[in-house]
Amino acid sequence: MRTVPLALRVNGEAVEVSIASHKTLLEVLREDLRLTGTKHGCELGECGACAVLLDGKPVLSCLVLALECDGAEVVTVEGLAHEARLDPLQEAFADYGATQCGYCTPGFLVTAKALLDEKPHATRGEISAALSGNLCRCTGYIQIFEAVEQAAAKIADAREDEVER
Amino acid sequence: MTPPLRVVGKPRRRVDGRAKVTGQTLFADDLSFPRMLYCRFLRSPHPHAKILSVDTRRAAGAPGVHAVLTGADFPIRYGILPVSQDEEPLCRDRVRMTGDPVAAVIATTESEASSAAELIEVEYELLQTIADPLEALATAEPRIHDYGDHGNVHKAVALEFGDVEQALAASDRIFDDFFFYEGNTHLALEQHASVALLDRDGKLCLHSSTQTPHYVHRALARALDLPPHRIRVIATPNGGGFGGKTDPFNHEIVVAKAAMLTGRPVKMTLTREEVFYCHRGRHPVLMHFRTGVNNDGSIMAMDLETLLDGGAYGSYGVASTFYTGALQTVTYHLPRYRFRGCRTFTNKPPCGPKRGHGTPQPRFGQEVQLDKIAVAIGKDPADLRLQQLAPAHSLTANWMQLGTVGLRECIEKVVDGSGWRSKWQKLPHGRGIGLACSSYLCGAGLPIYWNALPHSAVQLKLDRSGLVTLFCGATEVGQGSDDVLAGVVAEVLGVDPDDIKLVTGDTDLTPVDLGSYSSRVTLMAGNAAIQAAERARSILAAAVGAKLGIPEESLVFAESRVFDAADPGQGVSFQDAVILAETANGALATIGSYTPPPSAAKYKGGGVGPSPSYSYSAAVVEVEVDPSTGWLRVDRVWIAHDIGRALNPVLVRGQIEGGVYMALGEALMEESAMRRLPPRLSHALVHKMPSMLEYKSPTTLEMPDIVTYLVEDPEPNGPFGAKEVGQGPLLPIMPAVANAVFDAVGVRVDEVPITPEKILRAMKNSDRRVGPTKFPAIHWPETVHVPPPWEGGDGKATKDKAPKSNIPLAGAQTGVSVPQQAGVSVPQESRTCGTDTPVCAPSTPAEVVRK
Repeated sequence: MRTVPLALRVNGEAVEVSIASHKTLLEVLREDLRLTGTKHGCELGECGACAVLLDGKPVLSCLVLALECDGAEVVTVEGLAHEARLDPLQEAFADYGATQCGYCTPGFLVTAKALLDEKPHATRGEISAALSGNLCRCTGYIQIFEAVEQAAAKIADAREDEVER
Repeated sequence: MTPPLRVVGKPRRRVDGRAKVTGQTLFADDLSFPRMLYCRFLRSPHPHAKILSVDTRRAAGAPGVHAVLTGADFPIRYGILPVSQDEEPLCRDRVRMTGDPVAAVIATTESEASSAAELIEVEYELLQTIADPLEALATAEPRIHDYGDHGNVHKAVALEFGDVEQALAASDRIFDDFFFYEGNTHLALEQHASVALLDRDGKLCLHSSTQTPHYVHRALARALDLPPHRIRVIATPNGGGFGGKTDPFNHEIVVAKAAMLTGRPVKMTLTREEVFYCHRGRHPVLMHFRTGVNNDGSIMAMDLETLLDGGAYGSYGVASTFYTGALQTVTYHLPRYRFRGCRTFTNKPPCGPKRGHGTPQPRFGQEVQLDKIAVAIGKDPADLRLQQLAPAHSLTANWMQLGTVGLRECIEKVVDGSGWRSKWQKLPHGRGIGLACSSYLCGAGLPIYWNALPHSAVQLKLDRSGLVTLFCGATEVGQGSDDVLAGVVAEVLGVDPDDIKLVTGDTDLTPVDLGSYSSRVTLMAGNAAIQAAERARSILAAAVGAKLGIPEESLVFAESRVFDAADPGQGVSFQDAVILAETANGALATIGSYTPPPSAAKYKGGGVGPSPSYSYSAAVVEVEVDPSTGWLRVDRVWIAHDIGRALNPVLVRGQIEGGVYMALGEALMEESAMRRLPPRLSHALVHKMPSMLEYKSPTTLEMPDIVTYLVEDPEPNGPFGAKEVGQGPLLPIMPAVANAVFDAVGVRVDEVPITPEKILRAMKNSDRRVGPTKFPAIHWPETVHVPPPWEGGDGKATKDKAPKSNIPLAGAQTGVSVPQQAGVSVPQESRTCGTDTPVCAPSTPAEVVRK
């Protein structure tokens, strides 16, 4: 099969792969780069399990042609932690019951990350709207909302500490 | 003195939480092995047909193809229940539903396998199709299966506990109601996936997204005719199960065979559409309730008939059929009760166990009928229920042994919390409030296949590093089974739950646990883990006691130390305690196991329903209905759950809210609807909506606020008093929504889902109702008569219909009290301990109620 080269920055690192041209970003991440943290659930862009950040914006990687991403910056769940330290969103999801089976969690985390990057003081309504494209069959969503709120508060506290210093 | 609980009852991060937020949890499709091949199925486009020939020659020669398998390669049938061994890994002579697999292609890539599958030529002879139970009852031939009761009736059962007709005739009023509950599906986010390979020792190894590795192990041994010890099944963490991954599946058996043939790892991951056809979801059930009630609201007798649409295979269907009648008696005292249930085969995806397994449908009917009774006799629905709760520690009419019953507290909490008394029948037109209750098992009292072996077992290994390793066959499906095991062992041994290494769901390495179904893991695996941990603690205490010269009973295990209760400075670290014990005894390992208490129900059919304990739930739902469009919005849910004791309140709350969410999906929108294609397209029965786009499920935007109350009254049979929470809280929501709709706009939608179209239709109908109006005449088998405990029975069937006797009194006083079952010891003083912090909910804390 003919392959074509693709250059990306994934989780802060430059990667170059040679891929079949029909592949989706999801397939390249999971199959060519072995980043299996990003999941698939519907093949239709309906469930949000495959969400990743593409140049900082959440996209459904099952609907993105990988070739369209040449030169782009991609962040997956594997790239959320700051070295060995978890992101406040990851900490809050683990602590507040926002992850049960964990299958939808990577998609929720990156979507919530994009939200808080843009709106650090997002309201419950804004959180709910931002996450409305991600399905979770386990939690009933409420503990997810709370985890995002907890993470936002923690991030805000950290910022204040920095300002005081 | 028993020390206060230090782990149990405290909100904390689940032990598998970190892996799940970093993407490190490996689900089945995340696994990949060198030289791995991919498997795809060719599936039947016809719902019912004879297979005349299968020509695989072109496919076998296609690029990348390593093997092509057909039904001829699989001569042995399998199935989850011993009485329903009716599935074929690949169909041999007959397809029974659209989507039945006919051939499998194993190729280098998934797309090569798919392309080659299209080259397989199958010649079919089409057969008459059966689309629903009424057609099944009317169609003796052709039979979808050559077993079952008769024609296309898979199973019909009839049980009677006391003379029901006599009690109905003596009642002041009889309420006669019909209900229909549409099927729906689990929709776990993870599609089923399996990878089989030959291990380094040449044995077959299957990694699979299954809730029941032990049953898959048995099915593989049978279908592949291999000794079980030559097969290893590893349950990968499930990306949601909800009952949808509790059957052994054809793809699991086919990839196993393919790995043995090719000598290479073989993977198959189902597409979402294939998952819809795998199904095993909620049975569509038609119900007929006749309930005798006296003018004061006392229920005198209930007569229930159910008709289940089973789909194309047996699955758990015999159990599902009994479950549509087993638990009506465990919430309210029913002096007399008759249950007749019938499951039919139809040419549709097979139904099976979905969260609540067979009980949400009759629970819907029973709780809506109670609402009708309350309105008719002018009584508050909460009071109507409170006046006839099943008494704790009693036997029910059908000989279910109850333990603690926290339903009164549950009702009181949601009634008070919701302002029920000032809202019911008092809200403006278009706003309404509804109440319903429920109960569920804490583990099936009997195994799927008959045996007297333990239902769960745990091994602990302690070594000089201080590490405790726990081995158990229990399977993590998101519900938190790993966390339960780590939590109870940490409590007993006084260590941190995160310091316990877990090895679970691996049939080579872990002792058998029957699996993650029937809400059994917390109680059964939890008790087994406690037993193993208590044995380890005794060994450690003896060694530490001898070393320090302190009586063993004075030692406390806490904060990773073992010390003198009277002088906490006197002690050793947990690691040093293990070193002392290993020095004294040699290598350290303990075992624990759990077998449920024997059931009091000794009649045929009494094997479904018994449980070591029952959980209880009550819910109030407030809705808004737009009278001009029928649009229904659920504004708020108050739910109280009798948890016995919350082992980890964060997870308990998650299970309750997740159950409410899934219930709202069923109540408002989810349905496994099928449709016929036009005759020119073979008249096939196909899924109306086999994708997540069309099968609507609630998003964040549909979720109402939920106020959660945990009612804690430790259950003697539960680990630290805990009961189940995975399934019970789903049950009261659907009827509570229906009752709230009636309160809002005065119409009855006696069907699930409750859609705006139905509400609008009911508002236009003269009887202000939508729902079934009749139940077909069914040729019931001879009734099994079992006198209830208060009519002198012994739990066994009698030869004749129960002798005429005086009508028993309604109400709790007629319940027969029996001694509590001997169970794992529950620290008595522990009621005063535990949660003193909110249930990890910064904005909407769950309230913990303690009796």
